[in-house]
Amino acid sequence: MYAFLTGPMLWVALLVFFGGLAARVVWYVRGLSWQLDRVAYGPHLAHGLKGGIHSALKWMLPFGTQSWREQPYFAVAFFLFHIGAVLVPLFLAGHNIILAERFGFSLPVLPMGIADALTVAAIIGLVMIALRRIALTEVRILTTAYDWFILAVSAAPFVTGFVARLHVANYDAWLLAHIITGELLLIVAPFTKLSHIVLFFMSRGQLGMDYAIKRGGYSRGAAFPW
Amino acid sequence: MPEGTFCNRRPVNTEEDLKSLLGDKGGAQYYKEMAELEVDVEALKATLQKTLQSRTKTWLEICAHCGMCADSCFLYRVNDRDPKQVPAYKIQSTLGEIVRKKGEVDTAFMMRTMEVAWSQCTCCNRCGMYCPHGIDMGVMFSYLRGLLFSQGFVPWELKIGSGMHRVYGAQMDVTTEDWVETCEWMAEEQQEEWPGLEIPVDKEDADTMYVLNAREPKHYPEDLAEAAILFHLAGENWTVPSEGWEQTSLTMFAGDWAGCKMQVERVYAAVDKLRPKRVVGTECGHAHRATVIEGPYWAGLPSGQTPVPFLHYVEWVSEALTTGKLKIDPEKRIKEPVTLQDSCNYVRNHGLAKHTRIIMSYIAEDFHEMAPNREHNYCCGGGGGFNGIGRYRHQRNVALKTKRDQILATGCKLVVAPCHNCWDAIRDLEEEYEIGIRWSFLKPLLISMVIVPEHLKPQEEDE
Repeated sequence: MYAFLTGPMLWVALLVFFGGLAARVVWYVRGLSWQLDRVAYGPHLAHGLKGGIHSALKWMLPFGTQSWREQPYFAVAFFLFHIGAVLVPLFLAGHNIILAERFGFSLPVLPMGIADALTVAAIIGLVMIALRRIALTEVRILTTAYDWFILAVSAAPFVTGFVARLHVANYDAWLLAHIITGELLLIVAPFTKLSHIVLFFMSRGQLGMDYAIKRGGYSRGAAFPW
Repeated sequence: MPEGTFCNRRPVNTEEDLKSLLGDKGGAQYYKEMAELEVDVEALKATLQKTLQSRTKTWLEICAHCGMCADSCFLYRVNDRDPKQVPAYKIQSTLGEIVRKKGEVDTAFMMRTMEVAWSQCTCCNRCGMYCPHGIDMGVMFSYLRGLLFSQGFVPWELKIGSGMHRVYGAQMDVTTEDWVETCEWMAEEQQEEWPGLEIPVDKEDADTMYVLNAREPKHYPEDLAEAAILFHLAGENWTVPSEGWEQTSLTMFAGDWAGCKMQVERVYAAVDKLRPKRVVGTECGHAHRATVIEGPYWAGLPSGQTPVPFLHYVEWVSEALTTGKLKIDPEKRIKEPVTLQDSCNYVRNHGLAKHTRIIMSYIAEDFHEMAPNREHNYCCGGGGGFNGIGRYRHQRNVALKTKRDQILATGCKLVVAPCHNCWDAIRDLEEEYEIGIRWSFLKPLLISMVIVPEHLKPQEEDE
């Protein structure tokens, strides 16, 4: 079971994840239309990209935008979760052992203590996000079962992985649960809102380009005061 | 009943139809017919198929339902934080539903959607600035308005507005003859005080062509006179076109995209004909949006740029002040505390905040910013057509409280509002809430404080 899940199944999961997300990017860019979007992307590409990159970077910086500063609770929850969600899967020592075994290469690894801290932070972030979803009427009205599904899919690999790491219960079972939920996340990502892993950059980039090219970028400069 | 006499899927294209629609006072019959108007599902599907592309699809799909947009929306804040006013909810429950149901929606749904699209969003685009994914719900609401218009679900006044542009080429029934006569009348009236003042119509190869808002010649011709005086004092080589002088676009508020194209092409045709070096538009936000920001796209110009540079009035004034073409008498500057309204259409959506600040630095001694301001400023409360729709007057009046409170917080009694919609909204909020403020366009303020060059002063009569 373990061999299958970390062998062929891992291949499938990674192929779906990277292939699917790449397809989403291609589909997004091909679906942009200067006439329908009313943004002249082509003739102003360099200036537009400056605005697009600035737009994505500003929002990836904790408290980098007015919106993050006005909502400190959510900003903290968001960054606690997302920093761990990006760094831990990529740079965890255990993951890189499998990478080296199966694919013959590996990435730099995080010291164990830091990986633990990031994992705990990510779980705390997720709990904060869930609490906010329940507590605030303006978020509750938007919330659907689908949103809880996405939260659960995102939380599962962290929780199972961390329990396995603690060796407090049946290690093999928790490890298996971790691998299954991790691969589930990889497989559903391109087909769900988790596609924001790449579409965040597309959508943010597009609005940044929109402001840079058409909505004042030549008067105020490419960088919009997000 | 598939389509009514007044309420139907056909835009108004003839004077006769326009007059009969106007005759239906307050749209009484019009809205009755709307309640029976069937949705042309096939047409709606086809439009979605053609026009709903990756940007909007992605916006609708990846919305994380985080609610960060809630507090960015002045209508949410001013309506007791009603969760139904959260921008993401408003767009998901309207456009989102239409997309999810692939256009299979009914009349009652469309009427509710119309209400949301025109009374719960002014297309100020502020929410897009506060969304982590960069989802601009104002842009989507504008798209939704287009779908609603094509199906006949549009507020009565905006159906009329769109018809006005289609029939008269202006948002009001001002014919070419009326317009040219107004120019002559205003020039004559001013010539005694301002010798040599002209309002040159259709002068070719001028430096500057001036375009404006139809309500100026129709209801406030002195605004045109003031523009002429300031051009005169600045020594501007200017003209107005006899056709294509109307810069506004109620068609944009209505979602009448074909009408928008017709409207802006009239202005661009005047540019082609008269070959000015550049164009200056009046103190109007949406006119600038329609002609300068969106206009090139409606006209199908791949550069996304206007055929020649188009300046908003505030850009012209800031240039005239910094280059010394207009000089302010320091004694006559505004002494009292004064604040400034940032119009969404040319500040958030066209980056002109610095120009109004330059102007304020020349004309005011005690300038106070509203909070928030510049790109982050709130809508006046009446944008996007909201001011003009009788059916939503109550909602509009509630919406005005945001600006009322922002103005009160500055402690100023005078508000500079270089935008027709903002100016109207601020006038109405004073009427509604009586907070004891005054408000003004730039032109009359400038005329009261500008230094008149010797050679332009009226000749003293020697006796």
